Amino acid sequence: MNVLQFPWLLGAVAVPLIGAAVVGRVRQVERAQYLTVIWMALTLAIAVGAWGEFALSGAVSASDPWLAGGTLVLGLDELSAPLLPLAALMYLLTTITTLRTKVRRFSFPLALVALALLLALLTAVQPWVQIALAVAIAVPPYWELRARNKPTGVFVFHMGLFAILLVGGWRLVETYGTEVVPWWVCLPLVVALLIRCGIAPLHCWITDLFEHATFGRALLVVTPMVGAYLAVRLLLPIAPPSVLQGVGFLALGTAVYAAGMSLVQTEARRFFCYIFISHAALVMVGLDTVRPIGLTGALCVWLSVGLSLLGFGLTLRLLEARHGRLSLARYHGLYEHTPMLAVCFFLTGMASVGFPGTFGFLGSELLVDGAVQSYPLVGVAVVIAAALNGIAVMKVYFLLFTGTRHVSSVPLGIGVRERFAVLAILSLILGGGILPQPGVVSRHHAAESILKQREARFPAATEPREWQEHALLGPLLQPDRRRE
Amino acid sequence: MFDLRVLATYLGLLVLAAPTALLVLLGLTALAGVRIREATISRGVQGATVVGLIAAIGVLVAMLLSGDRHVVVHVGDWVAIPHFHFSLKFVFDRLSVPFVILSLVLCGTIGAFAASYLHREAGFNRFFVLLSLFMLGMILASLAGTIETLFAGWELVGVSSALLVAFFQERAAPVRNGLHVWSVYRISDAALLVAAVLLHHLTGEGDFDKLLGVGGFWPENHTTISSHQALAVGLLLLVAAAGKSALIPFSGWLPRAMEGPTPSSAVFYGALSVHLGAYLLLRTSPLIERSPLLAIIVVCLGLSTAVLAALAGRVQTDIKSALSFAALTQVGIIVAEIGFGWHYIPLIHMIGHACLRTLQFLRASSILADYRQLENALGRRLPGIAPPLQRLVPLAMARWTYRLAFERGYFDSLLTDYVVRPMLAVLKGCDALERRWTNFLAGRSSRESDELTPAAGSLEDLA
Repeated sequence: MNVLQFPWLLGAVAVPLIGAAVVGRVRQVERAQYLTVIWMALTLAIAVGAWGEFALSGAVSASDPWLAGGTLVLGLDELSAPLLPLAALMYLLTTITTLRTKVRRFSFPLALVALALLLALLTAVQPWVQIALAVAIAVPPYWELRARNKPTGVFVFHMGLFAILLVGGWRLVETYGTEVVPWWVCLPLVVALLIRCGIAPLHCWITDLFEHATFGRALLVVTPMVGAYLAVRLLLPIAPPSVLQGVGFLALGTAVYAAGMSLVQTEARRFFCYIFISHAALVMVGLDTVRPIGLTGALCVWLSVGLSLLGFGLTLRLLEARHGRLSLARYHGLYEHTPMLAVCFFLTGMASVGFPGTFGFLGSELLVDGAVQSYPLVGVAVVIAAALNGIAVMKVYFLLFTGTRHVSSVPLGIGVRERFAVLAILSLILGGGILPQPGVVSRHHAAESILKQREARFPAATEPREWQEHALLGPLLQPDRRRE
Repeated sequence: MFDLRVLATYLGLLVLAAPTALLVLLGLTALAGVRIREATISRGVQGATVVGLIAAIGVLVAMLLSGDRHVVVHVGDWVAIPHFHFSLKFVFDRLSVPFVILSLVLCGTIGAFAASYLHREAGFNRFFVLLSLFMLGMILASLAGTIETLFAGWELVGVSSALLVAFFQERAAPVRNGLHVWSVYRISDAALLVAAVLLHHLTGEGDFDKLLGVGGFWPENHTTISSHQALAVGLLLLVAAAGKSALIPFSGWLPRAMEGPTPSSAVFYGALSVHLGAYLLLRTSPLIERSPLLAIIVVCLGLSTAVLAALAGRVQTDIKSALSFAALTQVGIIVAEIGFGWHYIPLIHMIGHACLRTLQFLRASSILADYRQLENALGRRLPGIAPPLQRLVPLAMARWTYRLAFERGYFDSLLTDYVVRPMLAVLKGCDALERRWTNFLAGRSSRESDELTPAAGSLEDLA
């Protein structure tokens, strides 16, 4: 493992924690927001620095200099390197776009603490530290629900079950050391991860969180895709192929189910929620293919969905700040008042479904390729989910921005900070779409290193299966013997 | 003496660069919130179209002079990793060059027409951004050397079409119809994507030259894959083409698409977009030739679409819908021609039909004035057109046929009643189950969104 020249990782975790301590003392909310933005920007700069040094070094993994000699706590690899700045960017943009009308509801010190926990999880090397942090990340949203006097039953039930199964499941897996783990031993761990990823029917905590938490908090809990990250770290290296195939099928079902559910929602937050669940499930499908192309596709979609759904969610949040909770039972006709938000909503929505010219396009192509290779026939469900998601995004775009003429007594246009956030997200999405090679190559390297970890236990798992072996497709797609 | 092949390659790049530059210019300025004058936009569209058109004609001349019938412009690998590469490869051949020239001529004509037609319209800039997106999509799809590039162009055409159908967006009807068109296009896109993946797995390539380029270039080429494989891929491509070209059972979206402004109706549903499905079948014609069963299906689909569209066109009450079904009749015949294994006849048919239909659509808005002029010249009313066979048909059958034509073969109703509604009912049932589960866990009503009141908590309330 390489050693980074600067203690970037320690800095990335410590800076938001210090920021939380400072901002927690500020009483005036506007000033608290201003200071939070500064601390988060600093954290983002450090995260970019860590990613930059890691990428330039060409190493497979790296750690902080002061920790290299002792017990290794914080490290970085191909998977986590770009996730670090992405997480910091998510928090920064969410804070920047919090309007004055909503600043009292959104706790800035809590956001800084949550950011520190997330960055610590992404840089943690030891599985038990990762597990502890994954459980701790569920605490800030719970605090917020309690503080706002909202029902916590659904959230506590799911997150409690997640924590118990995660801890118990990993303890069980650990008893097998480096041996191959039987499928039934993996089950508690699998169920824990299915809950965190929002795989149906264990997804209801996400819809409930979006119902009751502030939109910003809910966005920050789900968009970093902690469940998928834990799946790569804890499950992929040890799970037998049959377990991964089972998870893959469940994820495929969830992707289609959630895409369908997004079509019948009558409120914008719930719609967003299902769109997100569908995309997160697609990422899981790709991860569970355990093949280079599918895995690369999943990691690309992870980044593109993280960015695009962040932009998509922030746009909805900005609309909500202006118009209150948005019903999807009628047309709103907001295009005329907020054309920039309309464009951002449309482009981020299209990017999430893999539209050409956005980073999601190639990720989706790779994901479909990998899924169809791993699950012939059933893999087509990925395409169906993408088609349904596309229809849902367009439907909601039309409902929110068109269909009627909205008359307003106050100006509803966006301000400078919001414009900055919108343009930053759009530039990343379109830039990544026009020049996708560096991003895809980096994700391919990450996929290869994940597969290498897995090869220690399952050397045959990465071998591609031939289509001709498939019971149904095989005879249909056999070469024409007579012609040969 | 300069190398004609190199010249053709550079001109080919210019054909691609012109619409791309136009889209970047109009798109970025719109994103940045910079307002451009109508005249500047119009000049930009004209400039890009003319440059693209001259370059395309230049490619054609260079090909004729050099005797080379297959010019490949390989821009490079957009993405290349082990086991996967996305190649940006464009092919100028006897199929793509006429189609590109047609696309540029018609887009240029429509651009010039729309500059006056939409003068001072609120969405003037939006129309031209979408037109430039459409033009780029058409050029990419026409020149695509790989199925992935074709898919990218295909999607651009789809999204620009749907948004232009909903162009008059302050009314609900165009928006609903735009969503309908988009839904059908997504089915078509899904079929094309699966076909692309299937091709990748069968041949290891998405490259048309490697997949279909054995034994020469279009139309002499053929494929090496088996008839079963050709049938599987061909059926998927046929679904994609049916969605894009409004063939049965997807014909219902075509009259709905007439909600858009006349210039976009002309170029999309009279001329280019509606022919894109037929173009896809023509491009992949070696697959159809490889599988006789596929060829029979293509012919049947084309002919049945033509018959249905001819009937439906007779009962329309507005000129744009009547024209759209007239266009569909011809598209059906073109598809049947492709199924028969012809190459140049459908291509010529497509080009001629697109030009004629564009002219008719553009004249549609002044048809009453034209009729009045004719009647004034004749000094009497114009005679009605009743086919002589109509009197021989029994009344019951005539009524049945009328209803069939009026309901466009009942395909829309069938899809709605047996696919869309059951699916939505199941999903709503699942939603109700989820509600019960979360209510149980929460110990009370768990959905704040149920109590949603219009504009509650909005800035306007505070004001």
